[in-house]
Amino acid sequence: MSTPLLALVASRVRFEEKQLLDELDRRGIPHQQVDARSFSMELSAAEPARLPYRVALIREISQTRSYYAARLLEQAGVRTVNPSAVIEACGDKLRTSLLLTRAGVRTPRTAVALAPEGALAAMRRIGYPVVLKPLSGSWGRLVAVARDEETATALLEHRSALPAPQQHVIYIQQLIDSPGRDIRVIMVSGEPAGAIYRRATAGWRANIALGARPEPCPLTPGLAAACRDAARAVSGGSPDGTVLGVDLIEDLSGVPHVLEVNHNVEFRGFTTVHASPRVAEVIVAEAQRILGGAPCAP
Amino acid sequence: MTDRCPECEGAVQFPQPARLSEIIECPDCRSELEVVELDPVRLALAPEVEEDWGE
Repeated sequence: MSTPLLALVASRVRFEEKQLLDELDRRGIPHQQVDARSFSMELSAAEPARLPYRVALIREISQTRSYYAARLLEQAGVRTVNPSAVIEACGDKLRTSLLLTRAGVRTPRTAVALAPEGALAAMRRIGYPVVLKPLSGSWGRLVAVARDEETATALLEHRSALPAPQQHVIYIQQLIDSPGRDIRVIMVSGEPAGAIYRRATAGWRANIALGARPEPCPLTPGLAAACRDAARAVSGGSPDGTVLGVDLIEDLSGVPHVLEVNHNVEFRGFTTVHASPRVAEVIVAEAQRILGGAPCAP
Repeated sequence: MTDRCPECEGAVQFPQPARLSEIIECPDCRSELEVVELDPVRLALAPEVEEDWGE
């Protein structure tokens, strides 16, 4: 029987993917780098696809490709990290919020309007200032704050003009009054590996991609508990074999509110402020554990 | 090891070992370049950021 391989699925090898590949090399784990742009798989009931991989780390930068890559690989019996259901749950802010809310995880007050016409009433109910976010997307892209109805009306006009129907669904969140930073916690199999603050350096958004500065953050019991709950919520209660980045914001009393959960977590900022744990080591160790176990059922 | 930037012809150094699909920035024109072949390394302009990219 041939040695089971680990696949690292990515079309763009950034700092994180290089760290993971280096760690796979260092541990001598048999692996292949799979470019999602050139991957295809035939679907056949008579001849199910046979792939040489037992485990796949899904590090694809495109939400669409990452979800479908995971679905296809799972169909062929490959255990994916993260599973497609988790990618689907985290890739859409409404789906994430539904799961968090159902699980009783504390989040900022959130409303969704299915068309811009219904959004102003929802914003009035929540109270300004509010944050408008696209359902999908990342790095703070198209996220805007409306501090009054005039700004909100202008933002809704812009959203109405966008061609994608999904952009006309308006996701609204209370803007939490916070100390100018948010928190990223890296979760591996439902347990926190560490946390950083992300301090906004220009404007109010605290995304590292927008220039926010990473700072060490103590992993308090309250923070850890909120993240464990969030990880369970987006993974159907079974966070084993998941790697997630939970973003939270503390209100002025220090109470954490979960903003979102990321399935393709970036950890360059984390690495610049924490010498230990090395996130790539933790992720690869987890993948190695899964590689030694049984493959998932197709 | 170096190659020429396909955008500006500037010299671009890449790390050893380079990885397929690795992203390197041209020090002259700041274009994002992708490693599209190894042995020898060949660089091409990296794809533009798409709407569904992210974490």
